[in-house]
Amino acid sequence: MMMWTDVFILGLVLTNFRLLVTSRLAAVIQTTVFQAVALIAIMLTMTPRPWSLSFMTLSLITFVVKGVLLPWLLSRAMREVKVVREIEPLVGYSASVLTGVILLGLSFLIFIPLKSSASMGSDFLLPGALFTTLTGLMVIVSRKKALTQVVGYLVMENGVYAFGAALAVEEPMLVQMGVLLDVFVAVFIMGITVHQISREFDHIDTDRLSELKD
Amino acid sequence: MTVMTPIINVLLALILSPLLIGIINRTKARFAGRKGQPLLQPYHDLVKLMKKGAVYSTTTTWVFRLGPVAGLGAVLVAVTMVPSGGMGGLFAFAGDFIFMAYLLGLARFVTVVAALDTGSAFEGMGASREVQFAILAEVVLLLGLAVLAIGTRETSLTGIYGKLWDTSAPALGPAALLVAFAFLIVLLTENARIPVDDPNTHLELTMIHEVMVLDHGGVDLAFIQYGAALKLWLFAALLTGLVIPFRTGTFYLEVMINTAGIFATAILVGVIESAMARLRLVYVPEMLIVGLAVTVASLLWILR
Repeated sequence: MMMWTDVFILGLVLTNFRLLVTSRLAAVIQTTVFQAVALIAIMLTMTPRPWSLSFMTLSLITFVVKGVLLPWLLSRAMREVKVVREIEPLVGYSASVLTGVILLGLSFLIFIPLKSSASMGSDFLLPGALFTTLTGLMVIVSRKKALTQVVGYLVMENGVYAFGAALAVEEPMLVQMGVLLDVFVAVFIMGITVHQISREFDHIDTDRLSELKD
Repeated sequence: MTVMTPIINVLLALILSPLLIGIINRTKARFAGRKGQPLLQPYHDLVKLMKKGAVYSTTTTWVFRLGPVAGLGAVLVAVTMVPSGGMGGLFAFAGDFIFMAYLLGLARFVTVVAALDTGSAFEGMGASREVQFAILAEVVLLLGLAVLAIGTRETSLTGIYGKLWDTSAPALGPAALLVAFAFLIVLLTENARIPVDDPNTHLELTMIHEVMVLDHGGVDLAFIQYGAALKLWLFAALLTGLVIPFRTGTFYLEVMINTAGIFATAILVGVIESAMARLRLVYVPEMLIVGLAVTVASLLWILR
């Protein structure tokens, strides 16, 4: 069982790299679906059976929100603003990947002292979660398109979610639901905002928004 | 038995490797809705070429004639070291994975030098591209092998692959899959398959590997094609041994599983070739950098 948890954490790490290397927005959005699958799989493989009803419900809702609803919203926004590619990122794709490797190293380094104290799950979950969060941050600061930045936000949240899975599997359901609702509303609003920005200004490059005057 | 078994490995590689090319072509044909050439076509090609004499341009020197022979020789030696799953290669000694990597490097070197020896501009261009990508691919390959060596605490390919999935608690665990992903990228690059190079292209300007062997003919071309098939077999064997996460311990079973895995790899390559477009040349280094990143990630994973 632990072996499979590791495999899925590894999948999570790989999706992060895919996020850093791809320029197509469709692929970026598709990656969030993979991440949702990986997250749920990590949760399921970590939790000893038999699974409680509330846990299964929560997993299902998480998957529906993260893996179906949010990507659908994002791809709808992408269709409406007609942006297909992130053309000029602030940090190039090769450089992003190499930064990603450094971030992964950093994540492993930070959790060396905590290795023995983490009671739950595998050794890799905490570094994997931190790496996911950092990747999200990296995407937010290094990409220009508002849509990619929304995905970065989503990925950061995925990292936080994995943290939650590592530290408190039996976290109250209400808290998890609250977080999910927050993210859902946030992405929903951001999707609409992206659409509005693009309609007003014919583009969704965030760095050009600073030049606005009223 | 103990002496005979590794020889069977090598014999299988020698006999079956051209079939891999046939399988790739057949897979691609199926995807394109064609019937495709016979599976044994590469053998017929080899036989046809062997019956022909070689023609040499007057501008070439002995370097040109050395290329195919030395290239095939180097790959032949490399194949003897490659294990088939948990079963060892014919030869195994400490550090033989570095030896294998540089035998492949030697094969590439003589091919490149032979290409330059023709004095053709196209061949020079192909040689330059080949070397450019090879530099990056070699880093990924060596680093990946180093990760395996560190993870298993072994320094020969036979030892590494024997230990890899042998115990109930595998030395590398899932990190082996990361290395496998990187090896797949190396396989595609080194064997001039589609995201990097199109083996069927008819335009010299876009060729990488094929353009280097344009001036070879007859027996020389047969040597080069056979060497390429063996190289594909070698990389497919390295990949298969990594991915199949168990060892049966029985020789014949092991060989059968691994041979099936190697053919599955060929089908996978065919699927990739059908599903992907060729990358623009500037993006190829990017792909290899991803391979490098994944390998470094696996290194971090096992060192943590």
